[in-house]
Amino acid sequence: MAYFLQQLINGVTLGAVYGLIAIGYTMVYGIIGMINFAHGEVYMIGAFVSLITFLAMSALGIGSVPLALVLMLLSAMAFTAVYGWTIERVAYRPLRGSYRLAPLISAIGMSIFLQNYVQLAQGARVKSLAPVVKGGFKLMQQDGFVVQISYLQIAIMVLTLALMAGFTVVISATPFGRAQRACEQDMTMAALLGIDVDRTISLTFVIGAALAAVAGMMVTLYYGVIDFFIGFLAGVKAFTAAVLGGIGSLPGAMLGGLLIGLIEAFWSGYFSTEYKDVSVFGVLVLVLIFRPTGLLGRPEVEKV
Amino acid sequence: MTGARGLAAVKDAALAAFVALVLAVPLVGFEAVDRGPQGSGLQTRFTLVAIGVGAVFAARLLLTALRSLAPVFARRERAAAPAWLGGKGALVAAALLVLFAVVLPVLPFSSRYLVDLATTVLIYIMLGWGLNVVVGLAGLLDLGYVAFYAVGAYSFALIARWLGLSFWEALPVSGLLAATFGVVLGFPVLRLRGDYLAIVTLGFGEMVRIVLLNWTDVTGGPNGIAGVPRPSLAGFPSSPQQRIVFLYYVILALALATNLFTLRLRRLPVGRAWEALREDEIACRALGIDPTKVKLSAFAIGAMLGGFAGAFFATRQGFISPESFTFQESATILAIVVLGGMGSQMGVVLAAVALVCLPEFGRVFAEFRMLLFGGAMVTIMVWRPRGFLARRAPSIRLGAAGAA
Repeated sequence: MAYFLQQLINGVTLGAVYGLIAIGYTMVYGIIGMINFAHGEVYMIGAFVSLITFLAMSALGIGSVPLALVLMLLSAMAFTAVYGWTIERVAYRPLRGSYRLAPLISAIGMSIFLQNYVQLAQGARVKSLAPVVKGGFKLMQQDGFVVQISYLQIAIMVLTLALMAGFTVVISATPFGRAQRACEQDMTMAALLGIDVDRTISLTFVIGAALAAVAGMMVTLYYGVIDFFIGFLAGVKAFTAAVLGGIGSLPGAMLGGLLIGLIEAFWSGYFSTEYKDVSVFGVLVLVLIFRPTGLLGRPEVEKV
Repeated sequence: MTGARGLAAVKDAALAAFVALVLAVPLVGFEAVDRGPQGSGLQTRFTLVAIGVGAVFAARLLLTALRSLAPVFARRERAAAPAWLGGKGALVAAALLVLFAVVLPVLPFSSRYLVDLATTVLIYIMLGWGLNVVVGLAGLLDLGYVAFYAVGAYSFALIARWLGLSFWEALPVSGLLAATFGVVLGFPVLRLRGDYLAIVTLGFGEMVRIVLLNWTDVTGGPNGIAGVPRPSLAGFPSSPQQRIVFLYYVILALALATNLFTLRLRRLPVGRAWEALREDEIACRALGIDPTKVKLSAFAIGAMLGGFAGAFFATRQGFISPESFTFQESATILAIVVLGGMGSQMGVVLAAVALVCLPEFGRVFAEFRMLLFGGAMVTIMVWRPRGFLARRAPSIRLGAAGAA
């Protein structure tokens, strides 16, 4: 029971991270119907920017941890959002209206490029960060096994909830959200009605990148080690989360992220850590075969 | 008029430079360095940022100028393939290339190193041609091609080790095993739409690698399998020097066979069905083509060719481990196909030569190789989305309908 509870806490934390990345996949897929293969790399860049911001602040002598964390969050979101904007502008926008595989191949090229760019700029070795937020609550004790929830885990869950709530408001109640949903339904019609489609798509990438940057910062603080390759696996897992929840559906992405986090935590807790990545890929394949629309997705009708 | 346009171009370039500055400051301007017990610290490299931003400004300005002056540089959705690619010229070029490949080991400037390098190039050419069937002809984006390469390599090593078969006996078996693997993997996922397929194949590629890494009893785990037997034929080769040349001719023969095989396949009904499916799946279905079956055949044949290449790789290295079968490898093969122009056999050759030989020009090129290739993939897609040397025209036409 105690062990179960601990895995549950770890799984929800992990799920929060995947959910935030998955939103980026699902939004982009919803609006332009492509898998933004470079999104995992955007998350990795967010992790690097937040690490570098933190190091810069300790170099400047900003000692207050809450201030440092807020600045870290803002800087990671801002810089990574610019990366998201640039990726769309350079690699995807010229290909709008081209055949289906073209933007996907371009995205793979972008992903390879960004990975190697960070590897060259920051080195191939693992970067580490000493724990910034320490301590936590002891929830219960059973047979000598202590169930703990750290302050950081609480912070991750609260921040994720807050971001998702804010994001839901943005999509459902702001002019941008309306434009975004309109483009998702029918881009040509939206353009005819005076919506700036290019701008809406750009903003979608910017928001997706900013959320991925938050996920990157969380992982940097949570695990304390990052390298240039973390985007690959996290990207595939978050994509799996988006598909599991129903691609194109925002609540689906959050639910999918949570489920993938739980699956991974319980798999490594009860079975084997070696095959935990295989378990996630297995889920992806099973979902795509048996329920391609995901848990909350709408069936997709292919039109001629 | 020109002045106004010039001013706009400068403004545009300045904007690009500003974005580049924002992008470069956090990741290029600072480097996180481990200082051992004192934790991590930062190093600044602002000169590099300045150089980069200047380069972006100049490049953007140059690009705008070139685009307005020379139409070649303008972006085009469908560009005609260069004339020398089609017709007699191409045939002569291909024949000369094959002739050069055949006599390469006996040329005066040839060396052990050169033949070895050419062998690597040929492995990639063969992989590229194999993947070209799947991506270029059938239009299925396979991001886990390395899985079939790995299955071929491991099944060859295991068959040779446990059943004691020779290279020539084990080669077809490992190709067949890879093809079977392709069918088993492909059957459930080929119903999916193109971009889902890409992610699922990526997942399979990783799964195969993870299984190879952890199934220690059979695959040796991270230690891999050593002592894979070398091929021989009628007493050849008898010395290590000869062996390199012998291996070169084996892969050359395999690659040429692959090429002939795919060129013939393209003219068969199944090959035509691949190309039709690539262009329009719904129309194909309306015409009575079963998309799943046709896709499965492309997948299986691509897998088989990858399996052959894998078996050759195993016998050439004499040692295989999961490290040779990472996603990086899949991406490299895909880059060869995409840069060469999907569906173009000659393009694959050129791209494979460029990819393998680039690191040989120096350490800088070796380090920047994948960066350049990633960037080139984006550039090619943006500039000529249908591929640089692409042959999108159907392999065969009805009568004189080519006028369309």
